Amino acid sequence: MVDVAFQPNRVAEARSARKRSSLRAALKRKSTAAFLMTLPLILLVGILVLYPAFYSLHLATLNKSMQRFVGFGNFEFLFKRDTFWLVVKQSCIFALSAVFFKALIGFVVAHFVHNVPAKGQRKWRGMLLVPWVIPPAMSTLAWLWLFDPSYSAFNYTLSFFGIGPISWLGEPGWARFSVILVNVWFGAPFFMIMYLASLKSVPDQLYEAAAIDGANWWQRIWYVTLPMMRNIIAITTLFSLIVTFANFDITRILTAGGPLDHTHIFATWAFRVGIEGSDLPLGASVSLFMVPILAIAAVFILRDINKRGNEA
Amino acid sequence: MADVTLRKVIKRYEDVEAVRGIDLDIADHEFVVLVGPSGCGKSTTLRMIAGLEDITDGDIMIGGDVVNDVPPKDRDIAMVFQNYALYPHMTVAENMSFGLRLKHYPKAEIKTRIDEAARMLDIVELVDRKPKQLSGGQRQRVAMGRAIVRNPKVFLFDEPLSNLDAKLRVQMRIEIKKVHQKVRTTTVYVTHDQVEAMTLADRVVVMNKGRIEQIGTPNDLYHRPATRFVAGFIGSPAMNFIPCRLEEVAGNLNIRLTDRIAFPLPPARAARYQNVARDAKLLLGLRPEHLAEAKAHPEPGVEPFDAVLDVIEPMGMETLVYFTLEGTQEICGRVNPNASARAGSPLRLAVDLNNMHLLNEGTGAVI
Amino acid sequence: MASTLVIDKAAPTRAVKYGSMSRDRTWALRWSYFFLTLFAIFSLVPPLYMLITSLKSSAEISAAANPWWVFSPTLANYTALLTSNQFLTFFRNSALVSILVVTITMLISVPAAFALARMRFWGSATLATGVFLTYLIPDSLLFLPLFKMFAVFGDYTGIQLIGKWYVLVIVYPTLTVPFCTWIMIGYFASIPKELDEAAIIDGASWFQTLTRIFIPVALPGLIAATIFAFTVSWAQYLYPLVFTTSTDQLVLPVGIITTLVKGDVFNWGQIMTGALLGAAPPLIIYAFLMDYYIAGLTAGATKG
Repeated sequence: MVDVAFQPNRVAEARSARKRSSLRAALKRKSTAAFLMTLPLILLVGILVLYPAFYSLHLATLNKSMQRFVGFGNFEFLFKRDTFWLVVKQSCIFALSAVFFKALIGFVVAHFVHNVPAKGQRKWRGMLLVPWVIPPAMSTLAWLWLFDPSYSAFNYTLSFFGIGPISWLGEPGWARFSVILVNVWFGAPFFMIMYLASLKSVPDQLYEAAAIDGANWWQRIWYVTLPMMRNIIAITTLFSLIVTFANFDITRILTAGGPLDHTHIFATWAFRVGIEGSDLPLGASVSLFMVPILAIAAVFILRDINKRGNEA
Repeated sequence: MADVTLRKVIKRYEDVEAVRGIDLDIADHEFVVLVGPSGCGKSTTLRMIAGLEDITDGDIMIGGDVVNDVPPKDRDIAMVFQNYALYPHMTVAENMSFGLRLKHYPKAEIKTRIDEAARMLDIVELVDRKPKQLSGGQRQRVAMGRAIVRNPKVFLFDEPLSNLDAKLRVQMRIEIKKVHQKVRTTTVYVTHDQVEAMTLADRVVVMNKGRIEQIGTPNDLYHRPATRFVAGFIGSPAMNFIPCRLEEVAGNLNIRLTDRIAFPLPPARAARYQNVARDAKLLLGLRPEHLAEAKAHPEPGVEPFDAVLDVIEPMGMETLVYFTLEGTQEICGRVNPNASARAGSPLRLAVDLNNMHLLNEGTGAVI
Repeated sequence: MASTLVIDKAAPTRAVKYGSMSRDRTWALRWSYFFLTLFAIFSLVPPLYMLITSLKSSAEISAAANPWWVFSPTLANYTALLTSNQFLTFFRNSALVSILVVTITMLISVPAAFALARMRFWGSATLATGVFLTYLIPDSLLFLPLFKMFAVFGDYTGIQLIGKWYVLVIVYPTLTVPFCTWIMIGYFASIPKELDEAAIIDGASWFQTLTRIFIPVALPGLIAATIFAFTVSWAQYLYPLVFTTSTDQLVLPVGIITTLVKGDVFNWGQIMTGALLGAAPPLIIYAFLMDYYIAGLTAGATKG
């Protein structure tokens, strides 16, 4: 047996002093251990995420060669450029429509998968998630090839229906459509998986009660499914808004922002200006315009997480 | 083996006092049960003995040494949890030997201890299985095995049978008692079930709202409860409490229940209650077995009366009858199954005043 | 009511839910399969097309025959790439970077998640949410300031970061650590507290509790987080595009795009082969560990 080295006699007077000091020591031990364990995380995020984020603010106030301080000069310059406003408009349209379709398709497909008997669900799920698994850079190459001006496989198929060759990436309207299409192709599986998991958690009895109450399939969705899934819908939508808004890979590879800047979004234009144009401060200014929108979305997400935490 | 002593132990959370000053002496080898309703502080007390909760004030001593600031792993205790808390990724043998392996006991020693404990608990063929392959009762046995192999000074049980079904609970109770008879380790056992307390304990500690109501052997608590709470908590069905008064009639002490029902007190009781105020509001405490059907030749102190039965519950071995006496609450009595008790019919019952308890309604103390 | 349901009281209720003879159900099932097939085709067309094209010779591609079929399959593209030192260098760089990043990520995330999930200390709740929020700061915002920071660092210390593949090992964790920590916090938090207490009473220290109890029990979460970290690292395009320029330093995504697209001549056969080979590791992991893959996705959002 373990011998504890305390003498019972000097309990009374030493007790309180000992208890206070060793209690503090115990607390300190646990706190310092915990702090040390989170320290790498804090350092990583601090140095490589938070600091650059603020540094870009500073960067945006410098001139092209980064020698002089120009204050809002870069921003004024941007506001006067038509391309800039084009980018703003395109980014918003792109993000909003892509997310809308991703959510819609994800929701619909999740329902279909949910309807299928459980044993078969796995293989459907497996197939439908493939777009998300393939690195976007790789799959976008496939789309690039599918949209190729001369050899497009789509145009080949469409020609059998008498529909003329479509300039998928050459004509501004179609280019925008293509970019959104690829983004939706890539992102819908994410929504599908999230919604499927959420659908499974809606108790069957609610549907049965609604059916007995006389609801048809549309009413069941509106009155039972959607309210139960409100939280997950909100979170995934906001999350996707942020990620889609800041998207780079797909647009860059498909159109590099063309034709004539008509598919440029913030990320690709910042790259064009900052790296290809060697004007880091100007590029930083462009990127910074994403911040207000990201911040608003983040606030909503935070609120929803907390709300969900309270409800759970 | 060691004795456990609690001196004026207090536990405060923010502004709530969960445990309000407990003094308790547990002798070496003793099996003590802390029993009481939810929130009475029994689990908190146990966790303070284990070292899982800090003590706000007071001292806890194990084997004569103050352990207030000693971490759990150095207190030489073992604990069995309500939800078993078995490590899901380890086999039964690994679960049981985890503590020993952490202390680098030699492999041979570990094996011997596991074999012995497994034999004692009849889980020898389960040692290579994982917890998810075991039933509830088997898991509980493994949890006990984990405690036994450590050979600690004190066993602590935190409501270990609450998650089992009724039949299994009865079986496991016997197992636990057998283990204690074999291993003789000092045991502190927490439960809200007074049947477990009565059947397992050497001594029972009844707790209520953070304080100890009474400490005693099961027999003591049953026959000589000190407070209304203990009297009502121990025993099932619960003791009846009937408002009453003492009155003096022609030099003899009577107990009056209603305008029409009064009983003379037997001499022993009369002597004890001589000094009680005649107008004081009192409660007559009677266990249901002391309200039985009237016999042809009543013994001294057993007084007959008539009652109309409201509900009867035939239990097979006996029949529980429920009735009221002019506006009192439902009173429960136990009669023979063939006493022709029927709902709605009158029955001649008798009250055994030799086993009555008189309580002060205000203070709740038993006189 | 739109349709009448035939309610068969004798029909089994729970187990054979969709075997009931209600016409509504069978029609819903048929429509489901129909649309699912459509969406499956939609999902699988690009990768299948990659495969088809990769088996074609350049001659066949430029012959503009039916693009959906391979008339004379050839493995020439595959042999060309797999024997090309350049391509193999890309593959090696990607593998190296990904494995290193996964290791670093787990070494940072797991202890941090344990501390945040179990050891309640001042600021732990804010830190946990804060970590998740920083995940929302996109790489397309950070690449420019990081570029400047690394350039400055290179000037001061003489250690050239820009242009070397190991700079990626430094930046990739910013993309993987926050979410992996989030995943692990969810898994750790779901371990019942009584397990901790049993371990404490058995005599385990914090470290022993983490390594001998938590990590084994939360192993599915660890696998999911590892897969997530690997996939993200492997698929990264923006950071390598910005930070690595010389051919021998490139990772797969950037390498394929910048080298196989020479001027105006696109060697699509090789490009598609390269893309397919580049997509292979995540796909293979997905094929074998699909459940962990999905768990990593959903765990973050629903458990957190």
